[in-house]
Amino acid sequence: MHNFNYHRAADVADASGKLTSLEDPKILAGGMTLLPTLKNRLAAPSDLIDLAAIADLKGVSVEGDEVVVRAMTPHAVVAASAEVQKALPALAQLAGNIGDPAVRHRGTIGGSVANSDPAADYPAGCVGLDATIVTNKRKIAADDFFLGLFETALEEGEVITSVRFKIPTRAHYMKFRHPASGYAVVGVMVAQYGSKARVAVTGAGPCVFRLSEMEAALEKSFAPSSIANIKVSAEQLMGDIHCSAEYRAHLITVYARRAVEAMV
Amino acid sequence: MGEFGIGQPVRRKEDVRLLTGGGEFTDDINLEAQVYAAFVRSPHANAKISAIDTLAARSMDGVIAVYTGQDLVDAGVGLLINDANYTNRNGKPMHKPTRQVMPVAQTRFVGEVLAMVVAETPAQARDAAEAVEIDYDVLPAIASTAHALDEGAPLVWPEHGENLVVHWEYGDKDDVEAKLAAAHTRVRVDLVNNRLIVSPMEPRSASAEYDAASGSLTVYTPSQGGRRLQMMLARGLLKMAPEKVRIISRDTGGGFGIRSKMYPETVMVAFAARALGRPVKWRGDRSETFVSDYHGRDQINVAEMGLDASGRASVLKVETLLNVGAYLSENGVRLPMEGGGRIIPCMYDIPDFYFSVKPMFTNTICTDTYRGAGRPEANFIMERLMDAGAKALGMSREDIRRRNFITEAQMPYKTHLGFTLDSGDFDGTMQMALDAADWTGFEARRAESASRGKLRGVGLATFIEGAGSRPVEGMRMRFEENGDVTLFAGTYSHGQGHETVYAQLVNEFLGVDFDKVHLIDGDTATSPETSNGTFGSRSSMVGGMGVKRASEAVIAKGRKIAAHLLQTEAERVVFENGVFRAQSSSVTLAEVATASRDASKMPEGMALGLDESVVFENDVENFPNGAHVCELEIDPETGILEILNYVAVDDCGVILNPFIVHGQVYGGVMQGVGQALTENVVYDASGQLLSASYMDYGMPRAAHMPMMEALFNVVPAKTNELGVKGAGEAGACGAPPAILSAVGDALSHIGVSHIDMPLTPEKVWRAIQEASAVKAA
Repeated sequence: MHNFNYHRAADVADASGKLTSLEDPKILAGGMTLLPTLKNRLAAPSDLIDLAAIADLKGVSVEGDEVVVRAMTPHAVVAASAEVQKALPALAQLAGNIGDPAVRHRGTIGGSVANSDPAADYPAGCVGLDATIVTNKRKIAADDFFLGLFETALEEGEVITSVRFKIPTRAHYMKFRHPASGYAVVGVMVAQYGSKARVAVTGAGPCVFRLSEMEAALEKSFAPSSIANIKVSAEQLMGDIHCSAEYRAHLITVYARRAVEAMV
Repeated sequence: MGEFGIGQPVRRKEDVRLLTGGGEFTDDINLEAQVYAAFVRSPHANAKISAIDTLAARSMDGVIAVYTGQDLVDAGVGLLINDANYTNRNGKPMHKPTRQVMPVAQTRFVGEVLAMVVAETPAQARDAAEAVEIDYDVLPAIASTAHALDEGAPLVWPEHGENLVVHWEYGDKDDVEAKLAAAHTRVRVDLVNNRLIVSPMEPRSASAEYDAASGSLTVYTPSQGGRRLQMMLARGLLKMAPEKVRIISRDTGGGFGIRSKMYPETVMVAFAARALGRPVKWRGDRSETFVSDYHGRDQINVAEMGLDASGRASVLKVETLLNVGAYLSENGVRLPMEGGGRIIPCMYDIPDFYFSVKPMFTNTICTDTYRGAGRPEANFIMERLMDAGAKALGMSREDIRRRNFITEAQMPYKTHLGFTLDSGDFDGTMQMALDAADWTGFEARRAESASRGKLRGVGLATFIEGAGSRPVEGMRMRFEENGDVTLFAGTYSHGQGHETVYAQLVNEFLGVDFDKVHLIDGDTATSPETSNGTFGSRSSMVGGMGVKRASEAVIAKGRKIAAHLLQTEAERVVFENGVFRAQSSSVTLAEVATASRDASKMPEGMALGLDESVVFENDVENFPNGAHVCELEIDPETGILEILNYVAVDDCGVILNPFIVHGQVYGGVMQGVGQALTENVVYDASGQLLSASYMDYGMPRAAHMPMMEALFNVVPAKTNELGVKGAGEAGACGAPPAILSAVGDALSHIGVSHIDMPLTPEKVWRAIQEASAVKAA
């Protein structure tokens, strides 16, 4: 680990100000990715701005047709929330299966979403559940937020304050864990909103993406058989020493179908 | 005897200390005014070193010294040695390249130590290490076991002309091939025994301090016993008198074979402490352990077996390729011959045998001993052959084994390469496992799985080991003034529970309270002169017998003293439960110990004290064996494999403490599960390690293993008076073949004959896809 300056932000405005004024700052929002990166000397920010002390950024609530998760809420809190379990059980279940218990108690939704790790679970939750990413400056639809590998629509000085998930008619998330890391090799969130359907995939590509062919098929008939034979192209997918792109493509269809099976 | 004696499920006395943070690992040790080391490691698998520029590093804040290989040459530091001595059949000796602690002219694997920085803080040392500039001429590299002996492969040691270390052979090849050709049925298996990262929980570390006034050096490091390291460091490397070098391991977080070795970093930390006159500390991080701890396994085996129509095997041919890495480590090259070779054909009586071993150099870190050290590889070969034979002949897997087992009537039974098996009830042990696993009721469970779209299989593996490595081990017993007994052992407990088991033995033999027995090990200043350490499942036998011999000597001496105190003849004194008796009068061991310190109470001419020091010579090994049954289910759509039931029946001879032996079995099985399902070292074609962290290297998780049943079939060893057989390595022998056997059972009906380890979901899925495609065509 290289040396850095540590700041505990008093509020979001303070964090945003430091983010624009300091030399090479990074937000610390749980640190489940950032801290290992620092320990391996793969990053050397000049300053860390810790959001942990900002009380306004913690907690979950159901507001109208949305589940609102504030940015610094740990995954374990989302998983254990009776409100979330009732209103949007697929989200509670997704949060309860992120990483391991230590990660779930330190890692936060804001940290996960801002990082846009290709193998993170929350991006599939955000896109699949038609979420809105709320920052100190604006509201961004999840569809427009995740731009690529570790790349988001966040601009300089912009700090995520909450994520608002739209409560679906029903939804289910399934993932295939990486044999070594445990991260999602393929994670599929399938959600039904009345006559509409959303299918979002994390893990397999450089960034979360939707499967419009499956969505259209499910909108015609929301049944496992509608999508069981829809093949996914391996072309844009990632591969590693454990799971090739071709295998990931195969798993997407299997896990999407199984998610629908779990819902109907 | 008693609730703390032999065979009792005594709770481990070391656990409260270890589980509550009371352990003292090498990184817990901090020495006055210590400075910190960091290493510069090669980023290339094969490269000439044209220049090392340390100027920038030397001028950085806090930097005290920077050393390169040339500094060691100039200081007269010796070489890291290997004393194996194999020859080709044509008489040509094996190739033994020299290994410098830090190479001067060429680096031969990624992660090799090329320079060391010493600085006031760890961060300063690391920063300066990054500032050391090395110019490389990068050369083509070879990492592949399958291709290192190919024509035109890059050469690790060009002056040798080939990557082959030696072609070692046993038996008559032509005769064996003729017999294979003539056999009623001939089966063949092609097996990869995958390379593994050993992953002790404690990363490798070292701290050293040098006292110039006395000229003595103390090195703290995790180990498996320090005496060998002391001798190597003193005599061969730093050219010091052995008594001036002290090796201390307080607690060690896992050994598994690789912690018994001398590594360059240890030598460098010791060298720098002596050169600088300040204590030097290095704690490796996890990334460093991936690239610099020795790796395990890495064999390719082609084996053939000839059988008659009844399933009786009569002829065996095994051809082994072994990847030893870039250099000869201390024991790596020996493993197929002296680890596995001596036990092959394992539990089976097969009269004709040809064995070929081709160890090869590659541009990778060395391989060396890892839990089982050649014996898991040997058993894997034999078990895959037996399953193949059963399939070819349409026999059951248990029947073909039964047909070929060495029987108790044949014992003592001499193996081809020189083990003499003394005991073992192989058929009975297998039957226990089959019964416990409800082997005969399996088809109903298979049908139930099939109704859910799952492919269920059950697998069987039997195995045997040679444990209790020769030749000698010392043990000292000291009687304290408060009545406590302290043992000083040359064995070294790095997780095995010796504090508990040795105390049970003292309790058994001398009647001393379990809580009053203490163990001191892991320090060459106090351990017996004659000592080899803990490895090869040897401590129950060599340490246990040391305690027994010392106890016997104490009793013999004690009887004379007691006779003197009781005014009778020594022959009339009996010792039982800690008390010396002669008819109605008696004296306790503690009283005898007290009297032994007082010349006025001692028989004339007897030396004071009850303390004893013994050396146990173990001329023969013991032969733990067992049978494991694994039941699993495969999801054909994803290739995910789930173990549903696991039964391990082990014959570890007499059980000293069932809790501890169960722990050994669970841990060994888990490591075998890891090898079979998730673990694999992957190098790319340029020799870069791709599986260099737990993000890419599949360590097994608790969820990979269901609750398992571990049972014992106790057949006391005849090779030692305790009747014990080693328990440490059994699980790692049994699990891989048991799992492969189960996968074969689950998938053979759809046309999958073999999948190489590790059985990752994608490999299983692909095998099913390919077999289905063949069927459809």
